[in-house]
Parts: sequence; C-alpha cells; structure tokens
Amino acid sequence: MSLIEIRGLTHVYSRGTPFEKTAIDNINLTIEAGGAVALIGHTGSGKSTLISHLNALLKPDSGTVLLDGEDIFASKAAMRAARFRVGVVFQYPEYQLFEETVAADIAYGPKNLKLPQEEIGRRVREAAAFVGFPEDRFDRSPLELSGGQKRRVAIAGVLAMEPELLVLDEPTAGLDPAGREDLLEKLFAWKNASGGTILLVTHDMSIANRCDRLIVMEEGRIALDGTPEAVFAHSDKLLSIGLDLPAAARIAGLLREQGVAVPQGVYAIEQLAAAILALRGKGGAPC
Amino acid sequence: MLKDITLGQYFPGDTVVHRLDPRTKLILTVVYIAALFLVNTWGGYALVIAALAAVTAVAHIKPRAMLRGLKPLVFIIVFTGLLNLFFTRGDDVLFQWRFIHITYTGLNRAVSMVLRVMLLVSGTFLLTYTTSPLAITDGLERLLSPLNKLHVPVYELSLMMCIALRFIPTLIEETDRIMSAQKARGADLETGTLPERAKALLPLLIPLFISAFRRADELALAMECRCYNGGQGRTRMKELRMAGRDAVAFILGGLLVAGILVLRRLGI
Ligand SMILES: Nc1ncnc2c1ncn2[C@@H]1O[C@H](COP(=O)(O)OP(=O)(O)OP(=O)(O)O)[C@@H](O)[C@H]1O
Ligand SMILES: [Mg+2]
Repeated sequence: MSLIEIRGLTHVYSRGTPFEKTAIDNINLTIEAGGAVALIGHTGSGKSTLISHLNALLKPDSGTVLLDGEDIFASKAAMRAARFRVGVVFQYPEYQLFEETVAADIAYGPKNLKLPQEEIGRRVREAAAFVGFPEDRFDRSPLELSGGQKRRVAIAGVLAMEPELLVLDEPTAGLDPAGREDLLEKLFAWKNASGGTILLVTHDMSIANRCDRLIVMEEGRIALDGTPEAVFAHSDKLLSIGLDLPAAARIAGLLREQGVAVPQGVYAIEQLAAAILALRGKGGAPC
Repeated sequence: MLKDITLGQYFPGDTVVHRLDPRTKLILTVVYIAALFLVNTWGGYALVIAALAAVTAVAHIKPRAMLRGLKPLVFIIVFTGLLNLFFTRGDDVLFQWRFIHITYTGLNRAVSMVLRVMLLVSGTFLLTYTTSPLAITDGLERLLSPLNKLHVPVYELSLMMCIALRFIPTLIEETDRIMSAQKARGADLETGTLPERAKALLPLLIPLFISAFRRADELALAMECRCYNGGQGRTRMKELRMAGRDAVAFILGGLLVAGILVLRRLGI
C-alpha cells in the first residue's frame, strides 16, 4: 500500500467572491514510503496548497487524502493524528520560533504528542544533531540566532516529531550555497537513517535532480511526473511552463548545438564532467 | 480561513460607482445614514431599498456578497427585532399568551428596526466594497483638513489609519501562516479548558508580535530612507478631483432625501 494516496483533490480559495481561485484542480497522486520526491512548479502553481492538505491543515473542496489507506479528513482526531505522522516545514519556518530557548522550541512538537520527559529529551538531541545544531547552544534564545541557524532549529522542531513523511516547502530559500548544500545533505542523511520519506518543494532544478522522483505542477494540475531523467527529457515542456533545466543539462545542450557529441540524458554536473572526459579520452572534439 | 472575512472588504472594479471621488461617497454615505433615520413609512423604506439596489447593480456587486456581509451581524439584527417585538407596549394586541404580548405597534416597529439596521449596514458596505481603504483615508483626510487649523493632527491620524489598514491583511496572512506552522507541530487551539486554550495561544501570539515589531521597524527605516518628514508641504501623486459624475451623484442623493421627506410628509 502506498504511504500517501491523493484522490481527486481540489481546493478553491475565496469561493463565491470575485477573488475565487482554483489553486489545485483534481490532483491524483500516490507517494510510496522511503523515496525522495521533488515537487516543482512556477510561482502560484499550487504547491503550497497541495502540501497543506497532506497534514489536513487545509480541507479540500472535493477529493481526499489517504494515509496508509485511511482518510485523514475522516474526523478531527484523524486530522490531528495525521499531523504527527506527516511533518510539514513551511516556507521561511524561522518566523514560527517562540520559546525562550532553542531546546524548548524543538521540544514543542514532542510535548504536544504528550511523550514522557526523557523521550522528549532524546528526540530534541537527535533532531538537533540531524540538522547540525550544537548542543552547547541549546539554552540560547532562538531570536539571537542567525537566519540559517533559526531555519535549522525550525526544521529540527518538525524532525523531533519523528514523522514518517517529511514535507519541506523551499527549505533552502535564502541560504548561501554552502549552507544549502549542507542542509540538503543533512536532510538526505535523516531520510536514510530514519527510513522516512521526503517531499521537497523547490524551484531549484539541481536540488530536484537529486531526488528519485519529480512531480511538476502547472496551474494547479500535474504536468509531468517521473524520474528526473524522464522529466528533464521533456525540456520543451519544462521551458514552456517557465521552469529551467539543471545547469549541467543546459551546458550539455549548448555543447551539442556546437557539434560536441555529448550523449543525451546528462543532467548532473558529475555526469557532464564524465561525458566531457570521455570525449577527451577518445581524442574527440577539443574542449 | 481567516481571510474569508468580508466585513469591510474592497472589491476592485471599474464602474461609475468605483470611480466616484471618495469624498463624494463619504458625504453621500453620511447623508444616507442620516436620511435613513427620517424614514418612517413603508413607502420610504421601499424607496431606500430601490435606491440601494440600483447602486448595487450599477457597481456590479452581487446581491449574494451584500448578504454575506450581513452575516456577522445576524445576532444583532435578530436581537433588535425580538426586543422590539416583545417589549413594545400598545393596546392593539395581536397575540397574547401568559406574559407574552405581541402588539401591532411592536410588530411594526420590529420590522422597521430590522430593515433600518440592514439598510444602514448594507449602505456602508457599499462604500467599503467600492472604495479602496487608501482612497477612503485620502478622502477623509481632505474632508477633515479644516480641522488642521484647530491643531488636530489630521495628516498624522490619516497616515496612521492608512498604515493600519494596509497591514491588516498582512497580519491576517501572517496569523494564518504561523497558525499553520504551529498546528503542523501538533498545536491544539480548539480543545481544552479556558486557561489551557489561552496558553495554547502563546505560540501564536509571540511570533506574531515579533514579526509586527519587525515590520514596523522596517517600515520606519524605509520611510526615513526616503526622507519622509511628515505632512508639511507634501504633494501627492494622485490628486483627488471632483468630476461631472460626482455632481450627478450629489443630485441623485438630494433627490433621494427629497423623496424620503415627501413620503414622510404624505405618510405613505
Ligand atoms: N489564502 C489564500 N487565499 C486566496 N488565494 C490563495 C491563498 N493562498 C494561495 N492562493 C492562490 O492560490 C494559488 C496557488 O498558491 P500556492 O501558494 O499554492 O502556490 P505555490 O505553488 O506554493 O507558489 P510559490 O512557489 O510562490 O510558493 C495562487 O494563485 C495563489 O494566489
Ligand atoms: Mg508556496
């Protein structure tokens, strides 16, 4: 059975006013346990709306979401239970910090779960370790941290709930390249260590490229869905939606236009480097 | 969703009513409210309803949107109606049972009070539905500018109102966002005893206050960077100008008042 099954999900904002907007329109989707899925799409394509349904924060106008085969909107209790199994980190999560100390803030989720004190302590330490936040700064106020550190604390706050599915809305927006790289590595490390599933919302194709599945949204519908190779093969479609190809794929395309025989299906920097080295080894086109 | 609150919401549009000078609309709204209290005949109510319906139609506002605006006030409206229905004394008793008397006068007064409240509220909604908050503050400032001579800081007051109005949607959005984030961490705002629930609001209020102060700081900085120094000698990009349509609006408003007075005199 799939972890998440989305059936005919539709959400309309401000129904019956001049601002009426169908943000997502009859979405059907399944997500299997254990994968890393990237959700990409242009601004306003409905990504955030879609993920807010996964933990029942928004109620659909029609359709439903099944978690392990059970309707998460069935009752108030089911909706709350879903929030503990599907952890959602929203865009710019650093603005949600409120406790006096970092440790207390990370503990907020586990506390709501009514866990025993030692268990809460263990989870806080583990979550902080996953995002690389040093334990000797647990007593600092979250407001004194830098933006990147706040982001880590906010993500740790959701990790401490030990969700089965971790959803992150643009987790790397506004971070410097090194911080971005580091955070991504930690997230993937969390996935591998905990056996959880990750759904990443992103605009960044090089991030999308690292996931094993890509879902592209356009105007509230799913435009493309498949492995990165399969999705990036539809480069015209992606460009027409207003999305980009990964830098390596663009370079490979430009080289091909110049008559350099770079093979198809090159999307990652490493693949590109290997392809170019292979050509040089053969004594092919000078580069 | 918090955002779905319509009370005082602006529906952008490009009709004659939208284009009227905000001062015209403000003055006419005040005149309308005053005139409403002069109405004491069914004919008068019919005239006001017809006038309101005509303006609503011209402004392309759906009747449904008007009715939805009244929703938050249902309690007050029903309460007013019942109070008048049961507590009006008179000899023309329609219905009597134990201590309950319903008189014809009472029924009459209940219906007319309910009508009056509904017309009052719908009339003011028509103003906020068709005029952006900024235009309303602008109009108010101009209308009140004579008070400057009495050292009333009209400009500062209107700037404050303007900023407050500007930030209401932002703060609502922010509240929605923080609420989602805390609910995602299992916050439970709906159940529990009163002290528990008050405590559950802290994770919402603290980030909200922090971000409101941050925004205020940023706004002040941005204003200073642009050399803002108060209302003295400021010119504006969009000057308010009365046009022919404003004259027409005033004439129609005058006709409405005249009509109400005539009907009142005739007792129809
Ligand atoms: N609370 C709301 N009320 C009304 N309309 C909304 C609301 N939230 C989103 N929308 C609209 O729904 C559509 C989808 O919004 P959504 O936030 O899901 O997009 P997104 O794909 O997450 O965009 P981004 O990449 O900019 O975050 C947009 O057109 C937006 O204007
Ligand atoms: Mg979004």
